[in-house]
Amino acid sequence: MLKIADKTFGSRLLLGTGKYPDFESQKKAVEVSEADILTFSVRKMDIFDKNQPNLLQELERSDYSLLPNTAGASTAEEAVQTARLAKASGLCDMVKVEIIGCSKTLLPDPVETLLACEMLLDEGFIVLPYTSDDVVLARRLEELGCHAIMPGASPIGSGQGIINPLNLQWIIEQSSVPVIVDAGIGSPSDAAYAMELGADGVLLNTAVSGAKDPVKMALAMKKAIEAGRLGFEAGRIAKKTYAVASSPEAGMIQT
Amino acid sequence: MKLIINGETVDVPDKISVVEELLHHYELMDRVVMVELNKEVIDHEDHKTQAIGENDSIQLVQFVGGG
Repeated sequence: MLKIADKTFGSRLLLGTGKYPDFESQKKAVEVSEADILTFSVRKMDIFDKNQPNLLQELERSDYSLLPNTAGASTAEEAVQTARLAKASGLCDMVKVEIIGCSKTLLPDPVETLLACEMLLDEGFIVLPYTSDDVVLARRLEELGCHAIMPGASPIGSGQGIINPLNLQWIIEQSSVPVIVDAGIGSPSDAAYAMELGADGVLLNTAVSGAKDPVKMALAMKKAIEAGRLGFEAGRIAKKTYAVASSPEAGMIQT
Repeated sequence: MKLIINGETVDVPDKISVVEELLHHYELMDRVVMVELNKEVIDHEDHKTQAIGENDSIQLVQFVGGG
């Protein structure tokens, strides 16, 4: 079970809902992923074009926890206002703090992120910051009282997988709140690897929405995350330089 | 009554006096809509009672797909 603040979730996959090729594959991918937590963005409505399909209107909302992000914010104040708007829906009290500091790399602004987290914690939000894989920043965010730490594996949407497993491992080791690897996951093996490193969960979007078959990839990610978690709990063998026979050396018939 | 909704100046019937009536006017009652009135976030429970008036700046926002 994944435990964030006072909430528990059966699935360790957090699924993004952005940029699916069509509404049907978005809906079906969410369903087969069996994710409990879905991320959304907050955007202005087109009040004159209300008939666009909207996933949130179609979902059985009691089956899911909404994790709105603050994407689009470039300052702490903007992120806080976005979070307040999301909470005003009465549908959620968690927020993914996402404050981009660089338009090319989409890396988060650490200073504004820290500030926003402090403000949102003061206002009683359950705060999950998207952060770089900086070990000290992760510690500072936890010390502030953040309810989970969400370091990126590699740049958002890049599909490069885990670029710095050592940093992720250090963050996981030092954290007493859940660590959810967020951003950069490209393939099921990336997701499994994150879980094998001991991550408590994986948040991904483009790896599924951008796949040739998003629905099949959603299922693959669900299985990969389960497999990676089981592998972590089972405890992998140590790596050795040389081979060690797996068949008994006694009683060989050739000698 | 003139309002500025999502940056655009619009004319709405004068009888609209609270947020909920505005949402009715735009047929948004079955949608998840979050409201910001002159930069203040209005909780959904206050839609029924929150007054709006001439030249108010209102943002109507929603959840959309995102990561």
